[in-house]
Amino acid sequence: MTDKKILTVNGREVEFDSERNLLEVIRKAGVEIPTFCYHSHLSVYGACRLCLVEVEGQNGRPNMIMAACSTAPAQGMVIRTETKDIRAMRKIAVELLLANHDMDCPTCVRSENCKLQAVARQLGVEKIRYKRLQKENLKPVDTSSPSIQHDPNKCVLCGDCVRACTEIQGIGAIHFSKRGSNAEVLPAFGQGLGDVECVNCGQCAAVCPTGALVPKQDRDRVWDALYDKSKTVVVEVAPAVRFAVGEAWGAKPGENYSGKLVAALKLMGFKHVYDTCFTADMTIFEEATEFIDRFTKKENLPLFTSCCPAWVKYCETYYPEMLPNVSSCRSPQGMFGSVAKNVLPEQLGCKREDLVVVSIMPCTAKKFEAQLPKFKVNGVPETDIVITTSEVQRMIGSLGIKLNELEPEAFDMPLGFATGGGIIFGASGGVMEAALRYAVEKVTGQPLKSVDFKAVRGMDAIKEATLSTPAGDVSVAVVHGLANAKKVIERVKSGEKHYDFIEVMACPGGCISGGGQPHGVTDAIRRQRQAGTYVADKAAQLQKSQDNHWVEECYKEHIGGGPGSHRAHEILHTSYQNRSQIFDAKIPAMRGSDAKRVPIVITVNAETNPELGEKYVNLISDYVTAKGYASAIDLDVAFTSREHEVVVIDTVSVDDLACESALARIQTAIDDAVALLRA
Amino acid sequence: MSLINLEAIAEQYKKSVSKLQRRIIVCGGTGCIANGSLKVRAALQAELEARGQHTTVELDEEEGAEPFEGTYLSKSGCQGFCQQGPLVRIEPEGIFYCHVKPEDASEIVEKTLLNGEIVERLTYLDPKTKQRRPHENEVEFYTKQTRVLLKNCTIEPENVQEYVANGGYVGARKALAMTPEEVYQIVLDSGIRGRGGAGFPTGLKWKFTLASQSDKKYVVCNGDEGDPGAFMDRSVMEGNPHAVIEGMMIAGKAIGADEGVVYVRAEYPLAVRRMQRAVEDANKLGVLGENIFGTGFNFQVRIMEGAGAFVCGEETALLASVEGKRGMPTPKPPFPAQKGLYGKPTVINNVETLGQIPYILREGAAKYREVGPENSPGTKTFALTGHVANTGLIEVPFGATLRDIVYDIGGGVIDNDGNITDDDFKAVQIGGPSGGCLTPEVLDLKLDFDSLKPTGAIVGSGGLVVMNKQTCMVRIARFFMQFTQNESCGKCVPCREGTKQMLALMDDIIEGRATGETLELLEETAKAVQLGSLCALGKTAPNPVLSTLKNFREEYEAHVFKKICPTGECKALARPEIDPEKCKGCAMCAKKCPVGAISGELKKPHSIDADKCIKCGACKSTCKFGAVKGL
Repeated sequence: MTDKKILTVNGREVEFDSERNLLEVIRKAGVEIPTFCYHSHLSVYGACRLCLVEVEGQNGRPNMIMAACSTAPAQGMVIRTETKDIRAMRKIAVELLLANHDMDCPTCVRSENCKLQAVARQLGVEKIRYKRLQKENLKPVDTSSPSIQHDPNKCVLCGDCVRACTEIQGIGAIHFSKRGSNAEVLPAFGQGLGDVECVNCGQCAAVCPTGALVPKQDRDRVWDALYDKSKTVVVEVAPAVRFAVGEAWGAKPGENYSGKLVAALKLMGFKHVYDTCFTADMTIFEEATEFIDRFTKKENLPLFTSCCPAWVKYCETYYPEMLPNVSSCRSPQGMFGSVAKNVLPEQLGCKREDLVVVSIMPCTAKKFEAQLPKFKVNGVPETDIVITTSEVQRMIGSLGIKLNELEPEAFDMPLGFATGGGIIFGASGGVMEAALRYAVEKVTGQPLKSVDFKAVRGMDAIKEATLSTPAGDVSVAVVHGLANAKKVIERVKSGEKHYDFIEVMACPGGCISGGGQPHGVTDAIRRQRQAGTYVADKAAQLQKSQDNHWVEECYKEHIGGGPGSHRAHEILHTSYQNRSQIFDAKIPAMRGSDAKRVPIVITVNAETNPELGEKYVNLISDYVTAKGYASAIDLDVAFTSREHEVVVIDTVSVDDLACESALARIQTAIDDAVALLRA
Repeated sequence: MSLINLEAIAEQYKKSVSKLQRRIIVCGGTGCIANGSLKVRAALQAELEARGQHTTVELDEEEGAEPFEGTYLSKSGCQGFCQQGPLVRIEPEGIFYCHVKPEDASEIVEKTLLNGEIVERLTYLDPKTKQRRPHENEVEFYTKQTRVLLKNCTIEPENVQEYVANGGYVGARKALAMTPEEVYQIVLDSGIRGRGGAGFPTGLKWKFTLASQSDKKYVVCNGDEGDPGAFMDRSVMEGNPHAVIEGMMIAGKAIGADEGVVYVRAEYPLAVRRMQRAVEDANKLGVLGENIFGTGFNFQVRIMEGAGAFVCGEETALLASVEGKRGMPTPKPPFPAQKGLYGKPTVINNVETLGQIPYILREGAAKYREVGPENSPGTKTFALTGHVANTGLIEVPFGATLRDIVYDIGGGVIDNDGNITDDDFKAVQIGGPSGGCLTPEVLDLKLDFDSLKPTGAIVGSGGLVVMNKQTCMVRIARFFMQFTQNESCGKCVPCREGTKQMLALMDDIIEGRATGETLELLEETAKAVQLGSLCALGKTAPNPVLSTLKNFREEYEAHVFKKICPTGECKALARPEIDPEKCKGCAMCAKKCPVGAISGELKKPHSIDADKCIKCGACKSTCKFGAVKGL
């Protein structure tokens, strides 16, 4: 007989092993104690107090009330999950939260899957006897971010978002501020989420039990476009969306709903429904080509993928010195918008300005990406509107459509054809695997025997593989969660590790659990959705992106003939911005008087190189004064804690300020920006 | 480096002061300084020097120098009787002057110092007997105390030699020659329990921390004293800083730590300065640093200023704050003894606890146990305040009764006009915002950690507020509720939301909106907060409400059901009216009323318009005939 570890929950014996706390043992025993602040993948916080249980005192000691989440299970423990006092305490805790909650529940985005409502129902809280939150005391809702909306009046201060941001992403863009009943979760100095180092990943919203943090809702903009007769509205569907969108209609996580979704989108009034996997395949053409080129020249290695806009902003903010290593390829969404706006008007017989490109993404950061000035042409974003999976679920629901009952339909051609390589972009490791399918074949010149690179699949935080090719060994790494990415970057920077190619996705498990996916993701759901992508890969006609004939056609007809061409670089690639300044610590040096002005920001490390800022303030102010630009310039000085001095003129950034040519480049950029402004 | 010879230092100090004729000790605690004691000291110095008296302000001895002569004008830490400050003592006579102002300096010098006469008007007036008490050993406030920890509070806190001359660092030297097990065993034998509130046996805490294996351990001194009106720890840090450092060293030896952190709230600038000075002096002297007393034991101490959050007195929140994080408690276990500062095993002790440790090591556990009962040996300091004749910082043995404290040391209960009225005792609030209000029935209860438990109060860190019969207990409970509500860190739901709603319910009671359901909900909520809160501060936050509900329920009921505040303190419930029998129609009240709420014909009874009245009480204080009632 082995030493089984056993404790007693409500009179029944339960075996336990490596569960990290009582709560997990109790849940294993089938008792679903409600909690707000417990997530198995985050640290234990112990603040909601709903998981209190009674632990029988041993050797005549009195019984103790313990929080199950922060108590280690021990052999022979006798636990009651509810007593009269505990029941009363739990109900009062929820009643207290409800009293301080802005209860516009019917109109709340999270109405259907609100944990606060669910727990109140579970515990039978039927009235609120306390003084209620008054409308006139509501705090302002933060809508400064294009990705995430923060309503402090619905916050229960469980801290899940704070821990997600700190522990998963290693950022800490939000934290608790103020004391007692005034406590709030806020970015530093009470700034808006749109003004700080938040990378828009939406993992805060993904763990938020209420409607306090939700993806920014752009549904109405889509409806407006759909009802505008003068517009031709087309839509693209990202790979990960199809493996989650059906869940609201009873589908299992991972079940591929692409056909049903196409049918629903047609019913909603979209003229054409395309597949982002098409440009995912195209991304492989570009990025693998870029990789082969760099690998051959041994230049700027490792190459980092650039599909994830949260990762890109993270790198721009925290590791600007690594930006030359980030692939210059736009994300599949960025490529799609660009290709669509360049190709479709002719094909569909509409004017470019009347074409509206809507993108359905598992991701909140894609909303941020789409509105970046560099992805706008004549002030119009190439991807006009980005909505998340959860938004499209609500839109479908609002029409009374039963998604599960629809007959599947096919994506429209040509931008609707994809290989398995494009589809697996939705899972962590997918981009790497698709790129390897492309690169290995190109390098060896031989067709792949097996398209599966299983070492890069799955939920491990950091996955590594080394492939032998005729061109030499290729070391790759796949990482998800930016805190993990940080570890990898530090290892690369210190020389501890050498990689040639690194895939980074901000969200755990990749896009399938992005911040815009249906709420309530667990590790089990992540695995199921990941598994779904590989099933779809197998089921696809083709598995290798390079076999996508439609992509090849598109290159031939519209994009300079093939990957890496000049035209491809124009419309499929991008450049990055150093965002390493300490936000909101800018000192104004010059203020113009014109209605429209060019913003120039000099970012310096005041600790190690204070003279540099002073030097450039003088050089630039002299220059703009001499040129007569003074009225058209706003010049600010910002500070960084890192050694990344940089001058940003509107959207152009010039670093290596110590270099002699820097001033000339700055002057040219100023000339261009002012000329554009005055044109 | 030569080894420190404590005896030689003590000898040298004693020699240097052996030829002094007099020592004037001006209280240099925060209270007396605020009242101008440093100006008094400067004035005394000027007067002495003007009269050609040889005066020494600071003893900066050089080796082999001649002993000082004339008058030593020193300052001390807090002497406890802040109510009477600035305090000036004159040794060797033991003369005790109160409320001394700079302009009194010349008379003190002229009469007392030069001619040996007492300045009668500066002596202490006994509130009971109305007799003058010129000497400290005649002042009941002091004579009824047992000062162990505070004994050294008349020495010059910025002079380490004087500390050594009074037996300082002897305990540490003893401890450093022992094994860690021997050190914690002595502390365990002494029975000393933590003075921070919970009363956990200090030796046991040390034993547990010693048992935790780690390459690094810490000793943290909790000087984040935050109870309203409490200043025990501040006084110790200001008046006897070396005792705290010595206590930390001994703790360091017992658990195997080489680093100590003193966490002091930034609102205690003098305590911060004195502690810092003491650390510097101890380093210079070699009692801190490396290879102390040649034992191979190293110990460093640094001072860390807290930003004044009450919750940082809770040990896990304090440790988070030291690490630069937001001061919020974390669930225990793990206890600091297992995972404390920077994740390393840490002993965290209160200032007062650490301050007692050198005495235990120097004099032995048995000697320490001579005072106080079996379960709570030793003495405890209290901040005595409220409606008593004498208020201030006191030290009594555990086992003393409230009667001893209130009537002997405190000099008796006073009414709102300041007169001692012995039957006016209504309640005593003990233990600060975590404590409870006790009734006259417990006056003879022997105070210790365990005896208070059944009453719903705790010794806590040692706040003692005496209340007379004109005090509304509902308002007192509300006051503490407001405090805990403001100071909740906001982490856990019961404390953050519960205390806020309890405060709202208390306001309903005080302002006349309450019903029977309000009382029920208040009690229910209080119990939920007590049961559910994450840390001890939250768990004890409802104590003031629960203990007043238990002991003064009829007062709550009067507010709720009769809409009356029995003491008249709750203005919203006041219903002022003019007794037509008593009113002479002089119209003085109508003239004084700031809102014109009183009207009437001259020489006829007036009346108050309840809608206009703001219940300021101006009419009542004006009326010569006592005709205004209900205020």
